[in-house]
This record gives sequence, structure tokens and C-alpha cells, in this order.
Amino acid sequence: MKFQKRHIALLVYILFLLLPIYWLFNMSIKTNTEILGSMTLFPDNPTLANYATILTDPAWYSGYINSMIYVAINVVISLTVALPAAYAFSRYNFTGDKHLFFWLLTNRMAPPAVFLLPFFQLYSSVGLFDTHIAVALAHCLFNVPLAVWILEGFMSGIPKEIDETAYIDGYSFPRFFTTIFIPLIRSGIGVTAFFCFMFSWVELLLARTLTSVNAKPIVATMTRTVSASGMDWGVLAAAGVLTIVPGALVIWFVRNYIAKGFAMGRV
Amino acid sequence: MNKITNNKAWFLVLPVFFIVAISAIIPLMTVVNYSVQDIFGPDNRFFVGTEWFKQVLDDSRLHEALLRQIGYTFSVLLIEIPLGICIALTLPRKGWGVSACMVLLALPLLIPWNVVGTIWQIFGRADIGLGGYVLNMLGVDYNYTQSSVDAWLTVLVMDVWHWTSLVVLLCYAGLRSIPDAYYQAAKIDGASRWAVFRFIQLPKMQSVLVIGVLLRFMDSFMIYTEPFVLTGGGPGNATTFLSQYLTRMAVGQFDLGPAAAFSLIYFLIILLVCWVFYTVVMNAGQREEH
Repeated sequence: MKFQKRHIALLVYILFLLLPIYWLFNMSIKTNTEILGSMTLFPDNPTLANYATILTDPAWYSGYINSMIYVAINVVISLTVALPAAYAFSRYNFTGDKHLFFWLLTNRMAPPAVFLLPFFQLYSSVGLFDTHIAVALAHCLFNVPLAVWILEGFMSGIPKEIDETAYIDGYSFPRFFTTIFIPLIRSGIGVTAFFCFMFSWVELLLARTLTSVNAKPIVATMTRTVSASGMDWGVLAAAGVLTIVPGALVIWFVRNYIAKGFAMGRV
Repeated sequence: MNKITNNKAWFLVLPVFFIVAISAIIPLMTVVNYSVQDIFGPDNRFFVGTEWFKQVLDDSRLHEALLRQIGYTFSVLLIEIPLGICIALTLPRKGWGVSACMVLLALPLLIPWNVVGTIWQIFGRADIGLGGYVLNMLGVDYNYTQSSVDAWLTVLVMDVWHWTSLVVLLCYAGLRSIPDAYYQAAKIDGASRWAVFRFIQLPKMQSVLVIGVLLRFMDSFMIYTEPFVLTGGGPGNATTFLSQYLTRMAVGQFDLGPAAAFSLIYFLIILLVCWVFYTVVMNAGQREEH
């Protein structure tokens, strides 16, 4: 690869992206005395004490477990319902299909703040308040439309002749769908799962409102600790670093499809 | 692709329909219900018609929040879209660098939004944050908790940091779909760098740019968490955007009626833009097919 001027711009930009993350990591392996006492680019005495605090205190680590649980439930629900729907949208014309698609998209565009209070009352009234399933269902509001949208893009790229050949060969719809079609679009499914994971993982407002103790997500644990017990910067930074790790791992798996996925499979 | 007309396809869509209906229609009805009533208790409520809507539309603090929101959203678009295009053009097309760049660029998008706020809250502080410390050392009097200009700029830089990658990845996907033959033809014709960009790359990026612009419009129009963590809407009301104002009204002061009326207006604004977006994208898609 020839080194050109344009690579300098790219390097500067990536440096700009990484510097704040590095600073968070840097703080997470310092003691509070060092954080508040002096400005050091590298920690003098690197310590893992902040991480130890989080990984041994149930109030902290249960937040991670709760987040993982509701994100996983959400990804499973979103994919299960979105797969057949996306197939219908990509292959058939049916009464009201365009209006339905538009209506689904409007939910991706609804500000969560609008739904805050009604959601709280709805889930309280059916006894789902403070459960993982409540948060997972609430996140379906924006993740299901997104999943349908992305999957539809990927499915439209598969030639229809494949479906027709399979039906002529005597495949029933469920058998065709599970044994032929799903393997064909597995990269699309992977990318969709990634996006559902992403938007459920980063969301705070709904997750915080719908939980109190048993299903409290890590993001809520962090904001509440900030206001309650003064500023334990080291632990806060360590908790932040730990929320980045799952995302970084997941990106690695979809790195080759990620650009196409962001274009909703439409390129 | 010509599709078959088959109304049985509705059966495949039903699960999605039900799950979204439960989480969208019931809450929306609740909001509509609140917006026309004055509620004192479970059995003590009055129908007030459009009173809340009038009150909300006359609320001067709301007008300020709306103006602030529009200014913010336009600043975000004006910075992120051109910057995103530029960065996408600098990305390598093959080799190990592609994967590495993808992972690094996508990283900010996967960070929970309140952690994004926390990162910049720390980074911008003059006593413990690298950014604030360096700025003050250079003689810039920077303090985002005191000065509203600094707070505004910090929120803006944070958004650029957080979301420009989305635009970059979208544009990159568009650029990747250009066959090498186009570039070779341009080379034979002796096209300038600008001509290649203007007549080959930009048209190919058009459809993804529409998606990018509207995703950024919607998401920056409903931004809540990051400024909430970073500045809490302050100093004063300098960084109080619509979602923050709404949440304060609904959960903080429990003004359900006005909050619901405001929610509906807020939703309608986004819906309108969304409809324009949908029409534009669908028309662009049809033009490509023909």
C-alpha cells in the first residue's frame, strides 16, 4: 500500500476517535489519588483494583448480566418475527403492503421519550415491570422495524428463480425457508442480529424507566452511581470500558459485512 | 424485481404486526388520551379538548428548545455529512487495512449512549480530562459546565465523534459498489480527481446518502441521553433539547396533559420528515430499476 497524503487525514480522524476511549481506559487503571492528583498520559502504577471492584460486587456485575439477558431476548424475538415478514415484503405484493412498511418505519422514528410514560403504565399494569422481557419487548419497538428493513434489503438481492426452482422440486414453504433460504442469507441475518444487538445495547432511556432492581441494566447502574456516592472516577471509567468490550467483540465478527449492513443491505 | 400478488403473504407479516402494534398503538392511544384530558386521579378527570395543545404551542420555553434543536440538528448534518464523505474517500479499498478501519470506525457506534456522555464528561474536564486540560494549557478558557458556548460545542463535538462513522460506513458501502471499469474509463478519458468524484462517486453514493442524512436527522432530533449525562441540559438551558424538555415535563413535573400534547406534535414533525424521506427513497429506487 502506497502511503499518500489522504492517509494522514484518515489517521488523524482515527486518532480523534480513539483518544477519548484511550483516556477512559487510562483512567480505569489508575487509582483515584492519581486521577485527581496529577495529569499523566500513562498511569504510574497501573492497577486492576477498579475492575476487581466491579467484578466482585453483585450490584455492579448483575447489571452486565441483566443487560446481556434482555439484549439476547430482544435479538431472538426481533429475528424470529422479522424473517418471515421480510420475506413477504421482498417477494409478494399484498393489500396494504406499502402502508404497512411505512407504518413500521415510523416506529423506528418515534422518539423514545414519547413512549416513556405509556410504556411504564402498560408494563406495570400487566405485571411485567422490572423484568427482562419488558425491556426486550419495549426495544422491539425500534428493532423489529429495523430488522425487517435490513433483511428485506438482503433478501431482495437473492434471485427469485431460486424460490421457484425449489417449489418445482417439491419443497414445502417451511422446508425451503429453513433449509435453503436462511443459509443463503446468513450474512444478512448476522448483520441484522448485530444491529439489533447494537441498538438494544446502547439504549438507556427505556431500559432505565422499565426497571428498578431485578432487571436493572448496567447503563442505569452507572448513571445512578454517579449521582449517589460522589465521584468514584476510577470505577466509573472501568465500568465504561467494560460496556465497550462486548460491542468491540461483536464488531469483529461482522467486520466484512458491516458497511453493507449500514446501507440496509441496499448497495 | 416484479413481485407476485398474493394476499396470503399477510400471514407472514402478522407476527411483526402484532408485536409492533402492542408496543406502538396502545401507548400511542394512551398519549392521545392524556392529551385531551386533565387528570387529577384515576377517577377524577376532565375532557379539555385542545387546551393542552394551545398551551404547548404558546410555551416560549418550548419555542426556545425547538429552535435550539433545529440549530443543533442542522449543525450536526452540516459537519457530519461532508466530513463523512471525505473520510470514506480516504479509506483503503483492499488489504488488511479495510477490516482494521471498519472495526475502529464502528467502535463509537457500539458504546452505550450514556457511556459516550461519560467519556466526554471526563475528557472535557479541565482537572482530570485530557481534552479540557490541553485546551486550558493552550490558553483557551474552556469550561463546559460554566460557559454555554463551550457546553454547546462539546455536545456538538461529541455527536461528531459518536456518529460521523455511520456516515463514513454508509458512503464506503456506496463507493465499494462502483465497478473498477468506471475508474478505468475515467482514466482513459483523462478525467480530473474532481470529475471522478462529481460524476462517478457522488451519484453512486446518492441513495446511501439519503439514508445517512435521514438517519442522522431523526436520531439527532431525538437526542436525549448524551447531553443528559454530559451537561444535564445546562448551563441554564443551553443544551436542553426537545426530548429533554419533554422528559422533564412528563417525569419531572408530571404535567401529563401538556407532555402528551407536546409528544404528539413532536412525533408529527418527525413523521412528516419521515414521509418525505420514504417517498424520496422509494422514487430513487424505482428510477434505478428502470
